[in-house]
Amino acid sequence: MVSDEVASSQGTLARAGETEGEVAVRASALGRAFGDLVALRDVSFELAAGQTLAVLGPNGSGKTTLVRILATLLRPTEGGVEVLGAELPGRAWRVRGRIGLVGHEPLLYRDLTVAENLAFHSRLHRVEGAAERIAELLAKVRMERRAGELVRNLSAGMAQRVAVCRAVLHRPELLLLDEPRSHLDPEAAAMVEPLIGRESGLTRVVVSHDVGAALAESDRALVLAAGGEVAYEGSAGGVSPGDARAAYGGRP
Amino acid sequence: MSAFRAILAKDLLVELRTLQSVPAMALFALTTFVLFRFGLDRESLEGSLAAGVILATVLFAAILAVNRLFVAEREEGGFDAIRLAPVDPAALFVAKAVALVTYLALLQALALPAFGFLFLDDWAGLLPLAGVLLLADAGIAAVGVLVSAIGVNSRARELIVPLLLLPLLVPVMIAAAGAAEPLLAAGGPDYDGVGRWIAMLALYDAVFGAIGYAVYDFLLED
Repeated sequence: MVSDEVASSQGTLARAGETEGEVAVRASALGRAFGDLVALRDVSFELAAGQTLAVLGPNGSGKTTLVRILATLLRPTEGGVEVLGAELPGRAWRVRGRIGLVGHEPLLYRDLTVAENLAFHSRLHRVEGAAERIAELLAKVRMERRAGELVRNLSAGMAQRVAVCRAVLHRPELLLLDEPRSHLDPEAAAMVEPLIGRESGLTRVVVSHDVGAALAESDRALVLAAGGEVAYEGSAGGVSPGDARAAYGGRP
Repeated sequence: MSAFRAILAKDLLVELRTLQSVPAMALFALTTFVLFRFGLDRESLEGSLAAGVILATVLFAAILAVNRLFVAEREEGGFDAIRLAPVDPAALFVAKAVALVTYLALLQALALPAFGFLFLDDWAGLLPLAGVLLLADAGIAAVGVLVSAIGVNSRARELIVPLLLLPLLVPVMIAAAGAAEPLLAAGGPDYDGVGRWIAMLALYDAVFGAIGYAVYDFLLED
C-alpha cells in the first residue's frame, strides 16, 4: 500500500482510518524550508489525546524537523500546526512546559551532576516536590546511585536514561520521542518503558527507524519519504512493516 | 524570577567547577599589564594613559568570557531545554548578563591591585575606579550577551564576537575613560566632571539593557 502511495506522482495525502477523540496535535499542510532546501512538505495529520503516532522515514525525510516544530523549537514556513489546543508558533508559550522531548541530544549539562541537572530543569518547570520526583525517577531508571556523578562521566546509555527522566520530570501531556531508545540496551529500554512507553498513557509522537516496533506501539502512522513528503498517513494497523520499509527505498 | 535564579546559579556553578572564564581573563589581564609595562617603558602611569591601559585590558579580557558565554547552551542543548520550559526568554538574557558582570567584577578584583602595583604611585583612585568599571561592566554585559547569542551559532564565533562587540562598546570606552581619567590623575583623584561621564555610562547601560530585553526572544528563534 505504502509503496504505491510513494510512487504516486500526484503527491496527494493518503489517509486510512480517522482520528477519534479530542485532538492533541493537528498539522495542516505543514512545511519547513531551510533556504532552498525543503525539509518538510505539505504534511497533514491529526493525533487524538492519549494516542501514539509513529513517524517513519529515511534519513533526511524531515522527521526531526517535524518533531522540533511540534516542540515549538522551530517555526514552520508553510501551513499550520496546533498542539494541545494552541496554535504554533503564535501561542507556543501556552504549551511550553506541557511537552516532554527526548531527542538526539540529552539536553544535559556535562559539567553538572545528574541530580544538579534534574534540579535545574525542575526549577525551570517549577516542579512541586522536585526532590521526591527526582529521586522517584532516578530509582525507576536505576540511576539513583549515580545522582552525584557528573554527566560527562556517564556512558551514552546512562545519559539517555537521565534524559528520559528530564523529559518526564514535569509530568508532560505530550511526549515527543526522537529515537528515544538509541544508546539503550534491552534492559535499559525496559526500564524507561513505564515512563515513555505506551503504558505511560500519554499522547506520544515516536520517531524511529525500528519500523516493526514503532508500528506495534502506535495507533497512527506517518511515513515520510525523502524530501519530506507524506507517503502514508493513517492508522498504524493499515501499514505493514514491509510496506513501510518500501518507503525507505528498500524492498518490502 | 525562579528561572533567572536557576540559570544564574547553574552558570556560576559550572564556572566554579570548570574555571573556564575568570582565570583565563585574569591571566590575560596580568599578561597585558606586563606587556604595557615594558612596552610603554614607564614605571608609573596617570590620567588618560592609565585609564586607557586599564579599560583596554578589561575590554579585551571581556571578549574571552563573551565568547564562551553560550557555548554550553549551544553544545549541550541548553537553548532547547530552556525554550521547552515555560520561561520568559528575557530571564536567560538577564541571567547571562548578571553572570558576565560577576565574571568581570571578579576579574577586576584580581586585576585592579595588580594594576595599582605595576602602574600607580597613588592608589586613592582605585576604589572609585572600581565603581566606574562596574558601570562599564553592565554595558559590556548588555551588549556582550546579545553579541554572544548572535555569534554562538556561527563557526566564526571567535571572529564575529570582537568584530561586533568592540564597535558597539566604543561609547562605553569613551565614557568610562572620561570618568577614569580624573580619578587616576597625578596627585590623587579629582571628581570634577566625573558625574557627567557616569550619567552617560548609566544611560548606555539602560538603553542597551532595554534593547537586549526586547529583542532577545527573536535571537533565540531557530
